[in-house]
Amino acid sequence: MAGENPKPIIEIENLKVHFKMREGVVKAVDGVNLSLMPGEVLGVVGESGSGKSVTVRTIMQLLPKIASIADGKVLFNDNGTTTDIAKLAKNSRDMRALRGGKIGMIFQEPMTALSPVHTIGHQVMTPILLHTGLSKREAEQRAKETLDMVRLPRIEEMMRSYPHQLSGGMRQRAMIATALACRPKVLIADEPTTALDVTTEAQILDLLKELKRELGMSIVFITHNFGVVADIADRVSVMYLGNVVETGTTEDIFYDPRHPYTRALLNSIPRLGAEKQPRLNTIPGMIPDPYRLPAGCVFNPRCSAATDQLCRTTYPGITRINDHRMARCHRVAEAVATESIAP
Amino acid sequence: MISYILNRIAWAVPMLFLVSVASFAVIQLPPGDFASAMVAEMRTQGDVVPEGTEERIRHEYGLDRPIYEQYVSWMGKIVLHGDFGTSLGFNQPVSNLIWDRLFLTVSISLASLILTWVIAIPIGVYAAARQYSFLDYFFTIFGFIGRGFPEFLSALILMWFAYSWFGMNVGGLFSPEMQNAPWSLAKVIDLANHLWIPLLVLASSGAAGLIRIVRANMLDELNKPYVETALSQGLTEWSVIWRYPVRVALNPFISTIGWALPALISGDVITSVVLNLPTTGPLLLKALQSQDMYLSGAFILILGAFTIIGTIVSDILLAISDPRIRYR
Repeated sequence: MAGENPKPIIEIENLKVHFKMREGVVKAVDGVNLSLMPGEVLGVVGESGSGKSVTVRTIMQLLPKIASIADGKVLFNDNGTTTDIAKLAKNSRDMRALRGGKIGMIFQEPMTALSPVHTIGHQVMTPILLHTGLSKREAEQRAKETLDMVRLPRIEEMMRSYPHQLSGGMRQRAMIATALACRPKVLIADEPTTALDVTTEAQILDLLKELKRELGMSIVFITHNFGVVADIADRVSVMYLGNVVETGTTEDIFYDPRHPYTRALLNSIPRLGAEKQPRLNTIPGMIPDPYRLPAGCVFNPRCSAATDQLCRTTYPGITRINDHRMARCHRVAEAVATESIAP
Repeated sequence: MISYILNRIAWAVPMLFLVSVASFAVIQLPPGDFASAMVAEMRTQGDVVPEGTEERIRHEYGLDRPIYEQYVSWMGKIVLHGDFGTSLGFNQPVSNLIWDRLFLTVSISLASLILTWVIAIPIGVYAAARQYSFLDYFFTIFGFIGRGFPEFLSALILMWFAYSWFGMNVGGLFSPEMQNAPWSLAKVIDLANHLWIPLLVLASSGAAGLIRIVRANMLDELNKPYVETALSQGLTEWSVIWRYPVRVALNPFISTIGWALPALISGDVITSVVLNLPTTGPLLLKALQSQDMYLSGAFILILGAFTIIGTIVSDILLAISDPRIRYR
């Protein structure tokens, strides 16, 4: 982990994903920059519609039919070779080799994300048979090892079970087993614990952390839950309306948020031991209509710090605060400028 | 699984009993009975019927015995000897009349059912996977026309085409000279020459409706998260579609195989009449019109038995294809 400036395993540069709707084009992802270092957990946080799911699905090229990558790169660095996933055709052989082989993905609904008519064993063996060239018997052995790895009990019986016979937590473990069957370099987790109760959620998060250590993989973890982020993530990217507004280490984001949106989000979480107040804090205003985004910084109509003309007219660029931190905000840019002038 | 099958079969026994009671009731429904009908028929034919003949016939056939004894003897003959009684209209044993037709009907209908599925399932799956594509719209139009177009009319049109363009002998299942010939290669070819019209008519109208249902079911399934999961494992789009959502989307069809069996026998009457097919549909129609009670009772019994058998078959198939049902 403390490698001397290692290369990120996934680098997303200026990614733009557009949805062609009857009413017009929605820029669901509009210039996202993200990087995932080997062995780290990157949390991606944002409200519904912030584009977090679409951003990480581009890594797998699992976008809806109306969506297209308009611009940008999605670089996958593996063993010294770099692949630009954004350039691969959606259903090409190379793309399919990455899916499930080098990059695994787990989903929000363990109830419906597993096939109801196939056994767990069959579903874990599918990617193994597809990517590894192992014989059926070897694949079965590998599947059993994988089920054991995700701490499922009674492996033999589990191989023959159907999803509807398992509890939610066990289904999510089985789901993780299918994603990790080929020992991928990267695991994409799209709100994998949202549909689970908190006790099960904690167990799954612990499991993911242990597996990350055992397999040395990296995880992109999408959630809207800051508590989950604090538990599992090494670094956090906060998204708002199709862009990353702030990225930093989990500690920085929690204890020293710089972007006004991050601050407002954290401020809206009720805390134990905080002063009693009649109402929870909210962010004023609503998420704008995606067809009519505000000029300038997209957050400016709801931002308490947006006081001058600049915020209303100019889209803020990326400000690098230090090696690990960046934000898209004119106020942060000003503050960083004054800090560097007056040391 | 085995206990599930045994359970289904055990339930079928009382159902079959109820069906046989209902069929027997249908036979008893019309006023008068077999004896009075026979005597009446003799009289209309100008015979002089002596007094007491009716009672004699009634006694001979056991019709003066209590109703449950009659039921037992009727059922006993069917179960033990395959004897369904005598058709009044045809003056022949019912079993002579129905088995040939039943065999032909079941073969034609099964063939058209399989043809329907072979046409409709791939098209429906494709139309869903490529929703709003040119071919999707094309098959939608075909489907609506096929649904709206009466079968007997398309049968007439096809017959006209076959007759006037290819000079073929149409109608029926065999050419007149082959009708009573023993089975031979020539007769089989003759049958194939006649069979394509009813098959095409029945299959295309069935397929038109089925395409819509397959498409709608598939559209529901294609948006389910497990499809995305399968894609994320690196399978190609089409192998994902055929392995996962099609499996689930076809369950409703498997559960309706049971209804297909009786529909095979009673259905498509108009088409059969138009095409002059020696199937059971027209015979059942005639039997009902002429109050030929033993004949129609036999049909009702066979239809009911087929419904029950078909339901068992589809229950078992469904349990094989969908584990969620097996373990209920």
